[in-house]
Amino acid sequence: MFNEFAAEWDGFTPGRWSSTSVNVRDFIHRNFTPYDGDESFLEGPTDATNELWAQVTELSALERRAGGVLDMDTEIISTITSHGPGYLNKKLEKIVGLQTDKPFKRALQPFGGIRMAQQACNSYGYGIDPRIVEIFTKYRKTHNQGVFDAYTPEMRLARKSAILTGLPDAYGRGRIIGDYRRVALYGVDMLIEDKEHQKANDFVRMTSKNIRLREELSEQIRALNELKELGRIYGFDISRPAKNAQEAVQWLYFGYLAAVKEQNGAAMSLGRTSTFLDIYIQRDINRGILTEKDAQELIDHFIMKLRLVKFARTPEYNALFSGDPTWVTESIGGVSVDGKHMVTKNSFRYLNTLNNLGTAPEPNMTVLWSTMLPQNFKRFCAKMSIKTSSIQYENDDLMRVTHGDDYAIACCVSSMRVGKEMQFFGARANLAKCLLYAINGGVDEVLKIQVGPKYRPVTGDYLDYDDVMQKYDEMMEWLAGLYVNTLNVIHYMHDKYCYEKLQMALHDRDVKRYFATGIAGLSVVADSLSAIKYAKVKCIRDEEGIVVDYETEGDFPKYGNDDDRVDQIAVDIVRRFMDKIRKHHTYRDSVPTMSILTITSNVVYGRKTGNTPDGRKHGTPLAPGANPMHGRDTHGAVASLSSVSKLPFRHAQDGISNTFSIIPDALGKSQTVFSGDLDLDALRQEAEDEA
Amino acid sequence: MQGRIHSTESFGTVDGPGVRFVIFFQGCPMRCRYCHNPDTWDADAGHAETTESLLEQYRRNAVFYKNGGITCTGGEPMLQMPFLTELFSAAKRERIHTCLDTSGICFDPEHPEPVRTLLNVTDLVMLDLKQINDEKHRQLTGHSNARILQFAEFISACGVPLWVRHVVVPGLTDDPAEHVLLGEFIGGLRTLKGLDVLPYHTMGKRKYAALGLPYPLGDTPPAEQSAAADAKAAILRGIKKRLRSG
Repeated sequence: MFNEFAAEWDGFTPGRWSSTSVNVRDFIHRNFTPYDGDESFLEGPTDATNELWAQVTELSALERRAGGVLDMDTEIISTITSHGPGYLNKKLEKIVGLQTDKPFKRALQPFGGIRMAQQACNSYGYGIDPRIVEIFTKYRKTHNQGVFDAYTPEMRLARKSAILTGLPDAYGRGRIIGDYRRVALYGVDMLIEDKEHQKANDFVRMTSKNIRLREELSEQIRALNELKELGRIYGFDISRPAKNAQEAVQWLYFGYLAAVKEQNGAAMSLGRTSTFLDIYIQRDINRGILTEKDAQELIDHFIMKLRLVKFARTPEYNALFSGDPTWVTESIGGVSVDGKHMVTKNSFRYLNTLNNLGTAPEPNMTVLWSTMLPQNFKRFCAKMSIKTSSIQYENDDLMRVTHGDDYAIACCVSSMRVGKEMQFFGARANLAKCLLYAINGGVDEVLKIQVGPKYRPVTGDYLDYDDVMQKYDEMMEWLAGLYVNTLNVIHYMHDKYCYEKLQMALHDRDVKRYFATGIAGLSVVADSLSAIKYAKVKCIRDEEGIVVDYETEGDFPKYGNDDDRVDQIAVDIVRRFMDKIRKHHTYRDSVPTMSILTITSNVVYGRKTGNTPDGRKHGTPLAPGANPMHGRDTHGAVASLSSVSKLPFRHAQDGISNTFSIIPDALGKSQTVFSGDLDLDALRQEAEDEA
Repeated sequence: MQGRIHSTESFGTVDGPGVRFVIFFQGCPMRCRYCHNPDTWDADAGHAETTESLLEQYRRNAVFYKNGGITCTGGEPMLQMPFLTELFSAAKRERIHTCLDTSGICFDPEHPEPVRTLLNVTDLVMLDLKQINDEKHRQLTGHSNARILQFAEFISACGVPLWVRHVVVPGLTDDPAEHVLLGEFIGGLRTLKGLDVLPYHTMGKRKYAALGLPYPLGDTPPAEQSAAADAKAAILRGIKKRLRSG
């Protein structure tokens, strides 16, 4: 594909990446410099960094005082090229580019749904230009409208009762990671050339599949041209490859910026960029044109930009996600398939931004953890975790088997090979509520209406394990089918009306698509079934005969204590539900996966889920992700984590999350009060010297 | 053999070296006024557990404990000598590091043999020396400290490594002169390897309330971290004094 070795690549080791095809992984592996040392080389913030960050801090304070939003665009529809340049302080910024023309001004992104965009504006006292509202209701259909045109009454009801929750039917689905590194390594022209080549080949028969692909490739090429234009708006020619570290960071950031200007996705993750960029930084340092101070400043300014990413969202959306998350996840570290760790100095620099700019939830720094990571890096991670509580850890040893060594995390746990795999985000099914449906024959315990199929409810006073399990199995069968079909509708419409053309332009042509389902309430289900099996659970019915509460006599094993009696119930439920998901047709031949990961939305789900047989009361939050229920893991962290670690990754390949917090004092003793290596001989010597 | 167990903790980080599997024994003859585990006093409470079931819990997560081991604490583990000895013997057969956290109150200098057998399978003793002044010790715990000090010397004579712990309670165990005396005493223990000085905290209050017991220390405030650091310095001075003289 490439005729010559670009001048900008001077000094890099060539390979398939430079001679055959777009192949960032190959470039990284031929060129990166692993780092085994400690953090002593790191630099603090420059004056420019401090000044810029002070400005951001002030704007954040103003935004909080203004009730959560400082400014909103109500007239310009956000596209890659919709706005002129915007700056914090042009003279000081090493890396530039904002979503709109001003920092903290939220863009107008109506393609997911005009109503959501309107509500977001209205709830903060803004109003969208009526002409735009008219266009998006009368002339231009949105994703949201498409979905509701196709939803069945059953789907609407399941959504209302919240047995299916958080569905991306009115907002951008997100969870797609463009390979933004490609912009830096190849420049946009080479990427366009590659896409033209893809389009020119293999489309002999105009099947609907091929027609769609051709249309999408055209869209992607259009997006790449707009990306070039975005560079021009800021005064850069990004049609060619980046020639130094500053350009590499800037080019890469333009790729990401174009994505967030185009899409207001639920999770807009960055990928795996630190080791890639280290190659450029290392080359500049070797050439003597960049110092460590400069390098850290570039990274600090880049991370600062990522912290500025904001979207217009409704208060309900923020309640669901406990805040205003953007999920700019960056995956750091990991080990290569041939067993070398991939930690570079830049892995340290990224984490060092938590020192230089202070702690922040975004970007979501995620360390791909392996037992094979260098000791110094592990120590630094531990130190930074204790200091900032801002690092997420994911098991690289587990995921590398499936995804190789150039995958990244989207959102909080979804793993995918960068530029080669994407996913259809599917929110989650509430399995705790499903258990209540099984007991009540499909009647919703909160709304008191028939939502599920009218199967036979439990009739006795006491719950019988085998009876409940059989009913639960049948209810899960129904739920899995409904769930998959609902998601099929959503993703068909998202592709049609809100296609991520820029992000997909930074993918290979033939991507592997995951169909990412999810479940909520696993620990409630496991404990409830354990209570039914090992204790006696009595049903309390209301006047209509609906079981609304439970009385438990006796104790029962609880998930989170490394007790197989209940842990195996959790394992069984995960496998069982995943198997039911697998039975169904999934949109675009996507591969079904499942996650156990509610990190924040468990609070809202709990509000909508009635009393459960484990003794949990209506309104009490479900445990987040695969966590044991709060306070029920009574045997300490290792036992609790062991329960979670029994869950089978192959049946929950989209990720299993466990939220873990511990007070620092519980991690060990401080040296001020404890000496664990008293040496009496040395003390005697000391005593004699003093005497 | 079965023992009475209060509970287990799978992630012990403050009860000996490394990450440890901690077993809380049920039952204690002491009634220390600052005890924060009153729920472990009653020897008949808790639940029965075999040495095998405890070791099984350890084994399944052994990878976490590779730099740690098992710690028996309580309550007072030495109230259940045969069970404790069997547990540690079995652990040592599997090369598990064993640590005994004890008040030493059960030591009988007239009949030291069972304790010698136990110490043969114990890698580390964490001994709580609450008050060097015997009269104050009686007020604090209801018992004399004579046997406890004899036990400390016995451990040292057996060649078993020893960590000494001391809790600083405002008004009760915070006299610097006594800290120096304590240091002088433990400076004579050849196998002394660690010194842990803890500030008194009030986190046990809730447990007393739950058990319907009056809280013995009333409104005694928690000790400052700095008080513990000062106490540690005083004890170290005492240790050096002893080492110089002997």
